[in-house]
Amino acid sequence: MTEKLVIIGNGMAGCRLIEEILKRDPARYAITVFGAEPRVNYNRIMLSPVLAGEKTFADIVINDEAWYRDNGITLHAGRPVIAIDTAARTVSAEGGLEVAYDRLILATGSDPVRLPLPGADLKGVVTFRDIDDVDAMLAAAREPDAQAVVIGGGLLGLEAAYGLARRGMKATVVHLMDVLMERQLDEAAGYLLTEALKARGVETVLGAQSEAILGTDGEVSGLQLKDGRVLPCNLLVMAVGIRPNAALARAAELAVGRGVVVDDQMRTCDPAVFAIGECAEHRGIAYGLVAPIWDMCRTLADVLSAGPDAAYQGSMLSTRLKVSGVDVFSAGQFSGGDGCEDLVFRDAGRGVYKRLVLKDGRLAGAVMFGDAADGNWYFDLMRTGAPVDEIRETLIFGQAITEGLRGVDPNAAVAAMADSAEICGCNGVCKGQITAAIVDLHLTNLDSVRAVTKASASCGSCTPLVEQVLALTLGDAFKAETGPRSVCKCTAHGHGLVRRRIVEDELKSIPQVMQALEWKTPDGCPSCRPALNYYLLCAWPGEYRDDKQSRFVNERVHANIQKNGTYSVVPRMWGGLTTPNELRAIADVADEFAIPTVKVTGGQRIDLLGVKKDDLPAVWSRLNAAGMVSGHAYGKALRTVKTCVGTDWCRFGTQDSTGLGVRIEKFMWGAWTPAKVKMGVSGCPRNCAEATCKDVGVICVDSGYEIQIGGAAGLEIRGTEALTKVATEAQAIETIVAVVQLYREEGFYLERIYKWMARVGLETIKARVADDPAERRALYDRFALAQRSARIDPWAQRVAGRDQDEFNPISRRLEFAPA
Amino acid sequence: MNALAPVPEILWTDVGAVTDIPRQGARRAPTPQGVIAIFRTGDNEVFALYDRCPHKQGPLSQGIVHGRTVACPLHNWIIDLATGEPTGADAGKGCAHTVPVEVRDGRIRLGLVAG
Repeated sequence: MTEKLVIIGNGMAGCRLIEEILKRDPARYAITVFGAEPRVNYNRIMLSPVLAGEKTFADIVINDEAWYRDNGITLHAGRPVIAIDTAARTVSAEGGLEVAYDRLILATGSDPVRLPLPGADLKGVVTFRDIDDVDAMLAAAREPDAQAVVIGGGLLGLEAAYGLARRGMKATVVHLMDVLMERQLDEAAGYLLTEALKARGVETVLGAQSEAILGTDGEVSGLQLKDGRVLPCNLLVMAVGIRPNAALARAAELAVGRGVVVDDQMRTCDPAVFAIGECAEHRGIAYGLVAPIWDMCRTLADVLSAGPDAAYQGSMLSTRLKVSGVDVFSAGQFSGGDGCEDLVFRDAGRGVYKRLVLKDGRLAGAVMFGDAADGNWYFDLMRTGAPVDEIRETLIFGQAITEGLRGVDPNAAVAAMADSAEICGCNGVCKGQITAAIVDLHLTNLDSVRAVTKASASCGSCTPLVEQVLALTLGDAFKAETGPRSVCKCTAHGHGLVRRRIVEDELKSIPQVMQALEWKTPDGCPSCRPALNYYLLCAWPGEYRDDKQSRFVNERVHANIQKNGTYSVVPRMWGGLTTPNELRAIADVADEFAIPTVKVTGGQRIDLLGVKKDDLPAVWSRLNAAGMVSGHAYGKALRTVKTCVGTDWCRFGTQDSTGLGVRIEKFMWGAWTPAKVKMGVSGCPRNCAEATCKDVGVICVDSGYEIQIGGAAGLEIRGTEALTKVATEAQAIETIVAVVQLYREEGFYLERIYKWMARVGLETIKARVADDPAERRALYDRFALAQRSARIDPWAQRVAGRDQDEFNPISRRLEFAPA
Repeated sequence: MNALAPVPEILWTDVGAVTDIPRQGARRAPTPQGVIAIFRTGDNEVFALYDRCPHKQGPLSQGIVHGRTVACPLHNWIIDLATGEPTGADAGKGCAHTVPVEVRDGRIRLGLVAG
């Protein structure tokens, strides 16, 4: 006798289960299916292409009516089940239908989460779950000047926004987190995705909290964010997640957590009732993707036929975004665990970013953007837990290359290349040209090969190949040695190339630079991030948004950290001048905050040492009130301009050295530089301001101003060298500003002026700053432009509330001991 | 009197939202036993350590966060956020103590015992 199998849910899980059962034992059960939607079974994950107009509803139907008929399945479509009686083993549906079962399967799926925002019941507010939602969205898209806002930057939200943009709507995604799909993607891939969506007409607003949905005449008109911004729209899609639909199970008093709780055989606490798909909770997890559904269906089909001991072990997840032309894949743990190691590959030309996470010699996770062809191969390696140590060198290049080169010596591979094989794609240089140049011109190192053939002279990614060609051609005569020192271990490129590319390619953010220059780490390190932040700030003044998380603590909190974690505070004293009022304010603030040490610095200022971080804004507010601003004693920036008293008081003074120092400092303060810049102005050659050991020094003489650069009095002791001599104070200021701007534009991060001078040569600097009035003026103008957004007191900004979180603990004092 | 000391019950205490911490940054949570530094990485993982570098007790919360490590602001020791151990050349030289932390629905909870 056949057993009565009743399935509640005509979705992907319910129908897949039937297929799996029919495969195993087609005669065993009389099957009845209840579906809440009044239609046959369709592929819900393909709703996005339907929305985008890339597929029709007919395309995504999995089982048509004939299938139900041919397999003897009774379908009650549009008949929602309203109750289960587990004692009598019956289910009752709307319209008074009652059906008995021997085995009952819950495949009720999930419901989209609706945020309880004010206005959530307005017309035009929809979720993205079934074909009715798609129809509602398409209707809204047909209105003139249609605009959509999608809340939720996860998989579903992005696919909805993309589909709506394809239908001609202006679509904006609002996401609570600051990276799209943050559960699947890291920051680098998230950045690329944001850009790719923008190119496809989808704007993103990140880190945005929704406050209320606005409406007029009962219809949605916009979304208001917590920060006050309003995004106008006539369609609002909530795609913020799903909730297992467990209402029937709960009413039938089955065990329910997040979803219907099942064991490894998909059995609920009632042995005749099973649950699969998104409504089920297995080992504490309620899945929301399709792959686990297939795994559950296979297990349950076994359990219901010949294999009662089959067990579902949980599923490893992979994600692929269905947006045409945007290839995104993510699987496993990209944020790893202990002892994880990253392999990163970037191809700027093709917009590719790949990151593999290795753990204990096995692949633990993968994030891919732009080229996800090998996603399934990586996913298989993860699922099977195959050891990858032996293929790790080629792993990141994918399956074809890894399997092609298995066991092949990389040198042999290069040796086997034909002379006509291209080595450098950027400059179109083939192997034969390189070999010929090495032999004919007796080249012995990479630099000379670069200079002669241009191979590896552009993006540099073929450098290892060129080195191998050198090694093969020269044999033992080759000594590996590379060009400029790289910025850090995250990149093969030197500072010069990085700076040039930022300007030439108009790179405007750290993730953009890392992608364009093919960084080897996902998010850089403490060496490269501050350097990139400075280079971007210098290249795009007023436009680049400073990344404070890429700044060393001192520049982030605008004070100098001390050995015990307290800070020192040095207000600016223009040219070393102060007043009784300033001194009183300093004395008062030292008293008020019990500042333990007050010391005179070498740069003619006063240092307040031992200030607690949380007190910094209050200390600054007192100093601001007396007219003082930050002295930037903590920064790679203009520090002090030390002066002597000059013609004001000194019987030997030849010029107004104090006044010149004050004017230089008032014009140049706040400017960020590659390394610290200290200046001095002495009123006569006796040099009481010690200007000849400063980065920039001025010696006043009767006939004018001698301008000197490249002094140092720290690790290195070094006197300045003369740059030029000018007649007037205005010329002196113009020259000093120009040379500092040249240094700002071309110096390497952490390279003091004396080192920069040694690298590029004093003569080069002279030619551009002293001898070329047009270039000098242009440099001056660029500095002046940058100062418009730099000459702002960072202390006053923070007193006014900027970066408040930096100075406050996250929580009140916790009166517990950490476990 | 029970011979076995009772296993202290861990109390999970909410200290704020993940988004209260800047990405690639940290915030501090003071306790009577010292400040706890709570880190958020670029990958959105959250870790908690006592805010003291094993080297010279530098405040790790003030360092640059990169990957799953933080660079101590005093002498640039690179500390693994998951284990509290120094990495690279300084591996094996002591350890910053970890604090149990979990994230649920975007909220951060520290594992504490009643003291």
